[in-house]
Amino acid sequence: MKRSGAQIIWETLQQEGVDVLFGYIGAATLPAYDALLDYPIHHVVVRHEQSAAHMADGYARASGKVGVAMATSGPGATNLVTGIATAMLDSSPVVCMTGQVLSHLLGTDAFQEVDMTGITLPITKHNYLITRAEDLGPSLREAFYVARSGRPGPVLVDISKSAIQEIIDWEPDADLVHLPGYRPDLRAMPEEFQRAVDLINQAKRPVILAGHGVILSGAGQALLDFVKQANIPVALTLLGLGGFPASHPLNLGMMGMHGEAWVNQAIQEADLLLAFGMRFDDRVTGTLSTYAQNARKIHIDVDPGEINKIVKVDVGIVGDLRETLEFLLPQIEPRTHEEWNDHIRNLRGDSAVRDVRYLPDDGHLYAAHVINDLWHYTDGKALIVTDVGQHQMWTAQYYRHEYPRHLITSGGLGTMGFGLPAAIGAKFARPDAEVWVIAGDGGFQMTAAELATAAQEGIKVNVAIMNNGYLGMVRQWQEFFYDKRYSATPMRSPDFAKVAEAHGLTGLRCETRADVEAVVQQAREAEGTVVIDFRVEKEDSVYPMVPAGAALHEMIRRPSVTGTPIGLT
Amino acid sequence: MLHKFIVYVEDKPGVLNRVASLMRRRSFNIESLAVGHTDKPGVSRMTFTVDTDETTAFRIEANLYKLVNVLRVECLTNEPAVERDLTLIKVRADDQTRPSILQIVDVFRGRVVDVTNESLIVELTGTQDKIEGMLEVLRPHGIIEMVRTGTVVMGRGPDAPSISPEFVQARVPEESAAR
Repeated sequence: MKRSGAQIIWETLQQEGVDVLFGYIGAATLPAYDALLDYPIHHVVVRHEQSAAHMADGYARASGKVGVAMATSGPGATNLVTGIATAMLDSSPVVCMTGQVLSHLLGTDAFQEVDMTGITLPITKHNYLITRAEDLGPSLREAFYVARSGRPGPVLVDISKSAIQEIIDWEPDADLVHLPGYRPDLRAMPEEFQRAVDLINQAKRPVILAGHGVILSGAGQALLDFVKQANIPVALTLLGLGGFPASHPLNLGMMGMHGEAWVNQAIQEADLLLAFGMRFDDRVTGTLSTYAQNARKIHIDVDPGEINKIVKVDVGIVGDLRETLEFLLPQIEPRTHEEWNDHIRNLRGDSAVRDVRYLPDDGHLYAAHVINDLWHYTDGKALIVTDVGQHQMWTAQYYRHEYPRHLITSGGLGTMGFGLPAAIGAKFARPDAEVWVIAGDGGFQMTAAELATAAQEGIKVNVAIMNNGYLGMVRQWQEFFYDKRYSATPMRSPDFAKVAEAHGLTGLRCETRADVEAVVQQAREAEGTVVIDFRVEKEDSVYPMVPAGAALHEMIRRPSVTGTPIGLT
Repeated sequence: MLHKFIVYVEDKPGVLNRVASLMRRRSFNIESLAVGHTDKPGVSRMTFTVDTDETTAFRIEANLYKLVNVLRVECLTNEPAVERDLTLIKVRADDQTRPSILQIVDVFRGRVVDVTNESLIVELTGTQDKIEGMLEVLRPHGIIEMVRTGTVVMGRGPDAPSISPEFVQARVPEESAAR
């Protein structure tokens, strides 16, 4: 049958199960958008292409399916770059389609021409430049396959206007994926498994380090079974939160720069680290030369490039985490590790008194209290999407993450402005979920224009802004390491409630702890998107903190109630 | 030490760029690179050498496999292999010096492929050491220009690396495993 390139795009997307995409029209994509009207695919008009990529990313992380973003050539395409890099660093399956100039103009610096495959080479899992309609079907098929398989990641398909306009004979369902060099299903050698089993069965002080891979491979149950058998405590990375229930007695919580003291201490004292689908990011290890020096290390990851990248390991197993854990489990001997787990429980002891949850607010509004209260009032069941900064760490610490795919946050790239658009994408993926954005006043303003998108789409996300009048995380570093010289961190913001109202949305303000419950409930009940401006303590800090360049156990601790009052006391 | 890799790739536009971009981004420093077609249509073969330690060599192999267009990676560092560079050297040579230069070329089993009244072009194939050796003795005569293809390597014996391996092992370097 005769089909234009534009029609092939949408029919192939339909075959891939796409029913929504996020984008912004332009000259190069105009014929594709014209054809889109004839297909039952919903297009969300964003206010900036960066947000389109974040929405596709949020959609992907909330659903496990591939998210799709689209932009025109030139500036539209380059605006996607931050969003693509965000998805790359956090292994999120996203397909980005960009328009490109007519094929005979390629390489001539034509109007709105930019070398998008060149620009995105290091920040995509793979990319394509399409100049002929006949290549569209197979390449899009491959793009979806590559994006979601193995270690997921973003794939860019740059499509020349010539290919979009060309009319060819095309058969649906005839396009095949042909990727002879692509191996998403790598397996380890049997002897590697045996060495892992021996180390696990011999360990006296083992700790599991669970990362994003637990969620991506759906290994939650396999991990629970593994822990039930071996009674090994579990520390989580930021992106691993929710992969292992917060309520589990062996859940230690988040590790690393803002991990609790006992978690990092346990890692430093361990004799065996089991790294499950995590990549030893520098925010997790502290100084490498002093990292878990007495521990042997087993690393299970689907990406062979991660083995021995940062930390030299004793056993590296390449493979899908769920499959690998299920394969290992029958060979794992039952253990209680009573002494070790008791020891870690004792380490917790002196941290509890510093825990902000148990500290009185004394009339102040602390962001950590707001987030902990939000957890309480939403029964811990909300889908939380954060921005980047102090509020992100407090959310990791004080919203108890019980379920996988209930926390969406930019970990690897740390992209400010991620929160609101990612939440909009997540809401499209899970319309029944109660979606909350937790953002700072700085990051929120980077993509605040997407409130208009939320209003236009008539969708409901609740936005809780921890407004402290500073770029708080950087201010905290300035306080600790730069003698409180607050260079470029103070920030005057508009009245966020009024901004919401200007969009025809609900805007609320909260200045005391006593009002938190009322505004949260009001937001939950209100129709449409709600913005709450929480006027929190200005100079509050995230504790504990491992300063850059320090060993993992050398933490700046939250001053105890009787200590010097810095931040939360 | 110098690690030698053979990389089979799909013969598609931009693949060399992908490999080069990967090496640059991960700070792997390529010493020599040679690319050409193979006997199989649509498949190109790259040989490159990198001066690095064993752990990094493993990482290079793993990262190359992550490239969708890479079909097969073979590290021949510790395998018996034939290693060759081809070089063309244009050297100053007049009636007086020509005989002794020809003698040198003969000793190194090179060939003269162009002669003028003032110069010669010498073609020499061999290992890097051999080429360096001849360069050293020709240098006093005056080298006008030279070009090298980069090293190509082939494992000895009747077998060739299969282009579709069943699986790839994540290898752990000995020094780490033995600890």
